[in-house]
Amino acid sequence: MSDGVFALWRWQRLLEDWEVFASGLLTTLEVAVLALLLALAAGVVLGLFSTSESRVLRAVSRVYVEFFQNTPLVIQVFFLYNGLPYAGIVLSEFTIGVLGVGLYHGAYIAEVVRAGIQSIHRGQMEAAHSQGFTTLQAMAYIILPQTVRIILPPMANQAVNLVKNTSVLAIIAGGDLMYRSNAWATNGTLSYGPSYVVTGVLYFILCFPLATWARRYEERLKSRTVPVAASSVSRPNQEVAIEC
Amino acid sequence: MITLTDVTKDFGSLRVLKGINLTVKEGEKLVIIGPSGSGKSTLVRCMNFLEEPTSGHVYIDGVELTRKNRTAMIRKSSAMVFQQFNLYPHMTVLHNLTLAPVKLQGMKKAEAEALGMKYLERVGLADKADAYPPMLSGGQQQRVAIARALVTNQKIILFDEPTSALDPEMVQEVLDVMIQLSKENITMVVVTHEMGFARQVADRVIFMDDGVIVEEGSPEHFFENPTNERTKAFLGKILR
Repeated sequence: MSDGVFALWRWQRLLEDWEVFASGLLTTLEVAVLALLLALAAGVVLGLFSTSESRVLRAVSRVYVEFFQNTPLVIQVFFLYNGLPYAGIVLSEFTIGVLGVGLYHGAYIAEVVRAGIQSIHRGQMEAAHSQGFTTLQAMAYIILPQTVRIILPPMANQAVNLVKNTSVLAIIAGGDLMYRSNAWATNGTLSYGPSYVVTGVLYFILCFPLATWARRYEERLKSRTVPVAASSVSRPNQEVAIEC
Repeated sequence: MITLTDVTKDFGSLRVLKGINLTVKEGEKLVIIGPSGSGKSTLVRCMNFLEEPTSGHVYIDGVELTRKNRTAMIRKSSAMVFQQFNLYPHMTVLHNLTLAPVKLQGMKKAEAEALGMKYLERVGLADKADAYPPMLSGGQQQRVAIARALVTNQKIILFDEPTSALDPEMVQEVLDVMIQLSKENITMVVVTHEMGFARQVADRVIFMDDGVIVEEGSPEHFFENPTNERTKAFLGKILR
């Protein structure tokens, strides 16, 4: 019997244990969806903060964003896992995944939202004010509906990154796809080859459609002349590209 | 009626308005002219608090405009037409007109649409009701913007260089709408470089330079025998 890392018997083994991977995938999906909801909520609120007239709100947003963007996600997760219990707070690995990944990406989404709002021409807010709309009404009826269309592609990219980053759970035995895959290979047969390939393909299947949709949508947005987006006159649409 | 007393406006260390005293009577057509950078746009933007004066006071019908009451005051007193039109590009032309009546005045949607169509007809663009603003020419967009300013039935309409961003062949269609409008009892404050319009429509013209009102008077006075040297120099350049 061949003993290569991709030996046929290893693939058969994996097939027999498919439920391990399925359960990991399910956990990854659950964490990703909940973390995305948290990230969206945090990101929209903080993004609005960062464009508000209040200096305090802008500062809150700035500190949050800089903190989460400039420290590694791994440390944040380790802190939740190893640090918080000393304060008497013990969270499940699943909760840590949702909180850690959600708060982290909330910072990036806040920046996407901020850049999106700021790419709308100032004249839009002025026109709304000149009609007697409050700033909040102007946001709701005029600014945000235009912002949404511009920020969808970078949002989708954030979702892709978020899905991939849930794999950080593997290091605290979070029961996610990456953890299951690694644990299955380590325990017993050392079938890393098939295990990692299948896992990589599963992540790819989750992410690729999202990334492709974002790319296509963005191309459509650029080629379209009609209702979309930012300043209809006087200023070209700004790129809203946020690195992660 | 709009009254400004000792209005100044600083942008950083730059003093753009240096103490403006001005009263615009109800129904008056006031045209503000002057070289760029003279503060005329800032002045008209102080009248609806898009710029808050650094010092001094702005009154609308005797009530002082403040940061606090600005939204409520503007809602019932004035509308503005901008150089860059500033239509809402994600809404149809008709929706641009109905947004404020529906959301701010509590009008029924159908009623607002009927009213919107009436004003679109007035500016000759009823057939564009379902178009989106970016599909229209500059002149058409500005006519829609004027209709949007009219639809809420305000007493005061502020125009901030309404034809300056337009291609030359589109200027007249917008001026025609404004001339038509000037026959009504609406207070119009117009910042413009269109001297023909000023001559035809204005009850009073003021000339601004370097943040102060240098000269004011009737159009006849202005265009036939201006007294101030700076006014003469400016008009000499622009009327040549």
